[in-house]
Amino acid sequence: MDDSYPELGKRLAHWQATAHGGKTSSAKNEPEHCTDSGIPVKALYTPLDLAANDYCEDVGFPGEFPYTRGVYPTMYRGQLWTMRQYAGFGSAEETNRRFRYLLERGSTGLSIAFDLPTQLGLDSDDPRSEGAVGRVGVAVDSLEDMETIFQGIPLDRVSTSMTINATAPVLLAMYIAVGEKQGVAQAKLTGTTQNDILKEFIARGTYIFPPEPSLKLALDIVEYCLRRVPRWNTMNIAGYHIREAGADAIQELAFTLGDAIAYIESARARGLEVDEFAPRLSYSLGCFRDLFEEVAKYRAARRLYARIMKDRFGAKDPRSHLFRTFSGSCGSTLVSQQPLNNVVRVAMHALMGILGGHQAIHTACWDEGYAIPSESAARLALRTQQVLAHESGLTRTVDPLAGSYYVEALTDEVERRAEEYLKQIDAMGGMLKAIESGFVAREIQESSLRYQKAVDSGEKVIVGLNRFQDTEEEAEPAVFEIDPQVEPRQRAKLAALKARRDARAVETILAKLAAAIERNENLMPLLIEAARSYASVGEITGVMRRAWGEYRNPVHL
Amino acid sequence: MTAAEKRGAVRVLLAKVGLDGHDRGIKIVARALMDAGMEVIYTGLRSTPEAVVRAAVQEDVDVVGLSFLAGDHMILAPRVVAGLREHGRSDVRVVLGGVILKQDITALRSMGVAEVFVPGTPVERIVQFIANRQAQA
Repeated sequence: MDDSYPELGKRLAHWQATAHGGKTSSAKNEPEHCTDSGIPVKALYTPLDLAANDYCEDVGFPGEFPYTRGVYPTMYRGQLWTMRQYAGFGSAEETNRRFRYLLERGSTGLSIAFDLPTQLGLDSDDPRSEGAVGRVGVAVDSLEDMETIFQGIPLDRVSTSMTINATAPVLLAMYIAVGEKQGVAQAKLTGTTQNDILKEFIARGTYIFPPEPSLKLALDIVEYCLRRVPRWNTMNIAGYHIREAGADAIQELAFTLGDAIAYIESARARGLEVDEFAPRLSYSLGCFRDLFEEVAKYRAARRLYARIMKDRFGAKDPRSHLFRTFSGSCGSTLVSQQPLNNVVRVAMHALMGILGGHQAIHTACWDEGYAIPSESAARLALRTQQVLAHESGLTRTVDPLAGSYYVEALTDEVERRAEEYLKQIDAMGGMLKAIESGFVAREIQESSLRYQKAVDSGEKVIVGLNRFQDTEEEAEPAVFEIDPQVEPRQRAKLAALKARRDARAVETILAKLAAAIERNENLMPLLIEAARSYASVGEITGVMRRAWGEYRNPVHL
Repeated sequence: MTAAEKRGAVRVLLAKVGLDGHDRGIKIVARALMDAGMEVIYTGLRSTPEAVVRAAVQEDVDVVGLSFLAGDHMILAPRVVAGLREHGRSDVRVVLGGVILKQDITALRSMGVAEVFVPGTPVERIVQFIANRQAQA
């Protein structure tokens, strides 16, 4: 027992012996006394639990190393988080209409969801695209679609976030080409490409090429933007999808940082200085169920990242130390039985995000388990954040949970366990090796199975699903229907473009691209040229497919 | 005798058809079926309906299980059912899992889909359904 609190030690021992017959004293491994990721939780935490925690070293001040309390000095007193709602519509025309509607109402940030063929480098007329064109986002086949999306929207006046990974360089090239046509220099463009391909191999499955060339493409954006598009956020490294694939909070944090380390090492191997590119990296973590563990995860993430950047990579610019985050409701926590209960779950997600000190927060819509959310559900999700922001007093002080014996002890423990994983990954030769060997997939698969078993057995309670069920049949909410004409219209549009454009120019640029791949050059300049010539996403990606082949993840059951 | 009776163990082919890459659910089902003693073949992400039919015929499976989370089930699932029928294998039961609305479930059943499991279904119910239906066949 720590000597710095002799009286407390005695009082605690007495309380444990008398108050509950000693039963509540120590951490128990029974599931009901563990966090969602399995950290044992005691009935009571006191200053004794923080004996090894040095306030100035480990917690410190917001806006100062190691940033446990937040990346900015005043946090929400200075500026509220960005309430970033994600949406995608079938066609470029509809997306343009929605963007203009949002901009007219004071929004300055746009967020584009692309359909799966666009994400996978397939044109709308590819047989594999059937049934998927314009479904989970907008279909983009060529610069023509990108021009339509941003018609009447000056690109120097908006910031655009693009959820795109395997084909990120192609779509960014098209965005740059739209800017050129509008007379906006690329140096003036602001926005984000998700461009986090490693998590696609781990979790989301939207990869095309093998890991090595995929990583090369991701870094082409980082390198190109450094000098040409300096205000572009080149990567948003995401734990969110890893969590949704079944990882627990510790794995989510460890694998996200493992990915980040792999990107940073590769960028340095290209001769880039860490302080040149690291300030443009941002992060994304999920909001799951366990409020205190999630907040501890965000706090531990900031501290661990700052230490890695400083100690491992020698980053000197404080902006390189910042784990700037966008957090969002984990869709897998939403339940389609008694769906209105999801409103409460989403409010909890927002609370975790706010107490966790995120720079941007996304709240899910209660009906999104069924289909693309209705307008009223989308409004309610946004209003949930606004109620918490303006009616609750949550924003009055920075990092209000700091100093909670429990939250600080949990922050330390989450950090320790994540560091253990990182050591294991280092010992395997890095994250790429850990992914290729199946280690990461197996770890996530085991967590996913454990969680499912706990839900099926009723050990983990999900209201309305495995407890407090209603026997009455519930009506399903009204569903947003996707226009069945989107797909044929998009195909016709592409066919007309192909007939109209200068086919020889397209052939020439595609041949140049193939040669540049051979020489292992940064492909961004040629991708911009290809975009200008109206080469399609499928044609451009096709050149890469022929050079690198398509990859299939080994399956681990 | 059915294929299952000849071999003893039920053979199940699981596949993600279409472009969606979320496979957490189908992998949980795969493990549960394996734990229940069935033989499971998982063809991985982005299988085409034609490839699924080919594999199902070649591997002589009893059940085909497809996972859909991106709304393309009404286009792709009927192709698997039709493909099996064309190969004279309408005895192979096709079951679906994923985000599928009630109105679609009714239509899918009428097209020959044996069962649809929506989110929140206990895994045990899926295992039992596949095991029981095989026993009756």
